[in-house]
Amino acid sequence: MDADLITQILFAAIKTGTPLLFIALGEVICEKSGILNLGQEGMMLMGAVLGFLAAYTTGSMGLGVLAAMIMGSFMSLIFAVLVLQLGANQVATGLALTIFGTGLSAFVGSGVVGQTIQGFTPIAIPLLSDIPYLGEILFKHDILVYLSFAITIALYFVVNKTRVGLTLKAVGENPNAANAIGIKVLQVRYLAIMFGGAMAGISGAYMSLVYTPMWVENMTAGRGWIALALVVFASWRIGRIMLGAYLFGLASIMHLVLQGLGWSISPNLLAMLPYMATVIVMVIISADHFKEKLLAPRSLGKPFDPRNMA
Amino acid sequence: MLLQANKWLRQNGASTLNTQQIASRLELIDITKQYPGCLANDSINLCLQPGEIHALLGENGAGKSTLVKTIYGVVAPDKGDILWDGKEVTIKSPSTARDLGIGMVFQHFSLFETLTVSQNIELCLSQKHLANIDDLAEKIRQLSEEYGLNVDPDKYVHSLSIGERQRVEIMRCLVQSVKLLILDEPTSVLTPQEVSGLFDVLRTLSKEGCSILFISHKLHEVTEICHQATILRGGKVVNTCVPSEETPASIAKMMVGDLAEQDTQYTKKEGTHTLFSANNLSLPSKQPFGTSLKNIQFELKAGEILGIAGVAGNGQDELMAIISGEDNRTNKSSLSLDQMDIGHLHAGDRRKLGMAYVPEERLGRGAVPDMSLTENTLLTHSTGFIKNGLVQWQEAKDYASRLIKKYKVKCHGEFSEAKSLSGGNLQKFIMGREIGQNPKVLICAHPTWGVDVGAALAIHQALLDLRDQGAAILLISEDIDELFLLADRMSAICDGHLSPQVKTQDTNIDQIGQWMAGTFIDTQRELTQETQS
Repeated sequence: MDADLITQILFAAIKTGTPLLFIALGEVICEKSGILNLGQEGMMLMGAVLGFLAAYTTGSMGLGVLAAMIMGSFMSLIFAVLVLQLGANQVATGLALTIFGTGLSAFVGSGVVGQTIQGFTPIAIPLLSDIPYLGEILFKHDILVYLSFAITIALYFVVNKTRVGLTLKAVGENPNAANAIGIKVLQVRYLAIMFGGAMAGISGAYMSLVYTPMWVENMTAGRGWIALALVVFASWRIGRIMLGAYLFGLASIMHLVLQGLGWSISPNLLAMLPYMATVIVMVIISADHFKEKLLAPRSLGKPFDPRNMA
Repeated sequence: MLLQANKWLRQNGASTLNTQQIASRLELIDITKQYPGCLANDSINLCLQPGEIHALLGENGAGKSTLVKTIYGVVAPDKGDILWDGKEVTIKSPSTARDLGIGMVFQHFSLFETLTVSQNIELCLSQKHLANIDDLAEKIRQLSEEYGLNVDPDKYVHSLSIGERQRVEIMRCLVQSVKLLILDEPTSVLTPQEVSGLFDVLRTLSKEGCSILFISHKLHEVTEICHQATILRGGKVVNTCVPSEETPASIAKMMVGDLAEQDTQYTKKEGTHTLFSANNLSLPSKQPFGTSLKNIQFELKAGEILGIAGVAGNGQDELMAIISGEDNRTNKSSLSLDQMDIGHLHAGDRRKLGMAYVPEERLGRGAVPDMSLTENTLLTHSTGFIKNGLVQWQEAKDYASRLIKKYKVKCHGEFSEAKSLSGGNLQKFIMGREIGQNPKVLICAHPTWGVDVGAALAIHQALLDLRDQGAAILLISEDIDELFLLADRMSAICDGHLSPQVKTQDTNIDQIGQWMAGTFIDTQRELTQETQS
């Protein structure tokens, strides 16, 4: 393989990995606060369809992204109220949200199926994009990719260096203790869930505005689920999520690459790669119980009710 | 009436403390809290002066926890007023309490294990406090020096012992320069040596004018350091006293009414033949923050009680899991019952051979929370109340109701769910269930933990009767006094090492206390090295 082809593959891997990066960053913040939201796929689809509708009707891509974010956080707010306020089971509620989002997005978007819009145009960053190879791979993307870089760096800083990050970790590890020292546990969890929703929304918008600038029913094709695996794969660390997202991105374009090289493997088999990778990663990680327990937020998935404190 | 009570308290406080006539640090007036089916606090009055160490005494369920949670803002009272430095305040949440200057050290620590000491402390501080502190780690080191707390700010909490964690919690309050420190049974998890260290810290704090509210079950500690005591029973204040003028026995009498017999002595027995033994048992822990067991060796004889003392988290849970068979990764020969190797057997098979267990964790290990008491008896009964493949519900029900009556378990009946019982009552039920099977070997962790004095006596008697019938009993407990009372031989566990076993008459609290701190480990190591060379 020549260097140009490799550069192109890596460029595509970043592009494919970006929606995964967005949604997994949202989910990791949510999980760090101790909430497991399985509704990612539903929130993402709603973000995708609303983002597309807004951009299609107003012609403004920025409004499209904004609408997707608002829709995503609204969906997550439904989840938050059910889980935090009414004490519903997190797993069941999350699954319901996915099913709800899948159905509703198909209904809402039925009028615009097949319509296309002009997606975001790539922006080459001056100077940086002139770096050989690296510039080609990293700095000739559209604005949302740069936004994902910025969010990753910002979250890395917030989670690891600030009091907000400490609070988040504390709530996810031991909500009762956090409540006892005066942290408003439910408030932290509301914010974390809604941040997760907004990120899922952007991720959906990326799919319908950039990746394939159109709306097709169920167009996210299980990326919400892959993101959940990605969070475990990255052992809840921001830096590793970025790496993992691009690895998964690479896995999902492998079939195109190999076909391009003229290898005769069934494209259907190759299209399985990202999902296979997900399963394998989950198996490898859960094989080591010891490590899994050490890294996961201690109270993940466990409900907290301040009224039961006494 | 109220004024009189306060006046009385002030006079008595003054006699021991020499306080000036200024507003009390904290005054509770008619605090009442009603829970469904139980009046937890009934018009409670309490008054604390600056620098006073005040004991809050009472049996389990007397309402102590509810009262301190009210002061700390975790529980909202239905009625009553709280005066802080003479001004009426409403304490809505723990953060309000901390802003006023109230700090609390919990019985079950509220620390975050995956964070460092200074991160844990930082989380507790308000922006206002943080603004005054340039370098938190430095401040912690400095306070640590000043009070002799020995807390390293850079260590991760999961690597700390229980005693160290408690000191971190106290440090957390010191950094906030609290005016009232609430300690909920602070000494129950400490070695005797650590307890005296804690008392030194409390005395220094008291001299500096910090008021301390001290909840404890250990009356000799209360008489040692407290200036005042308030005694609760059934949610009401039944008495107040100056502990230094009382004896532990007289205070106990006020706590329980009249049936306390503090100075009970039981006869010590010597076992006949070895019934159960652990032979060179070593095993790494399964849990990330667990303790690995190292060369555990002991023999348990028929007709004796062997006590293992130790501070929580030194390998008791792991030892218990291995002996019960919950964790059966051990070699076949590392455990034996009646000269039979059982190290590889599952918990159920071991029970069939005549072993019984009372685990530390009552809900979840000792009983299934969502199942009724009757169903819970089915779980561990040797025959399982099964005839021809069918459950004999009537027999199980009768058995459960006999246990409820015999051990005076407070509940709505044999169909109550296990989780609806209070900790002490469930403990009585579980103890009864296990003893009732007449096991050959009974392994028992914290037999009377959280149980009131009357029921504790009944449990003690039942254990002794079982011993006299020729059963071997292993008691693992953090309550040294109880171990000395019951055990025929004593031992201590520290960091997964088990000390030698000695007759209870041949040892004393000091020696066991040192063993709990691990002084025997080096000698043991030297001995093994000698035998090897």
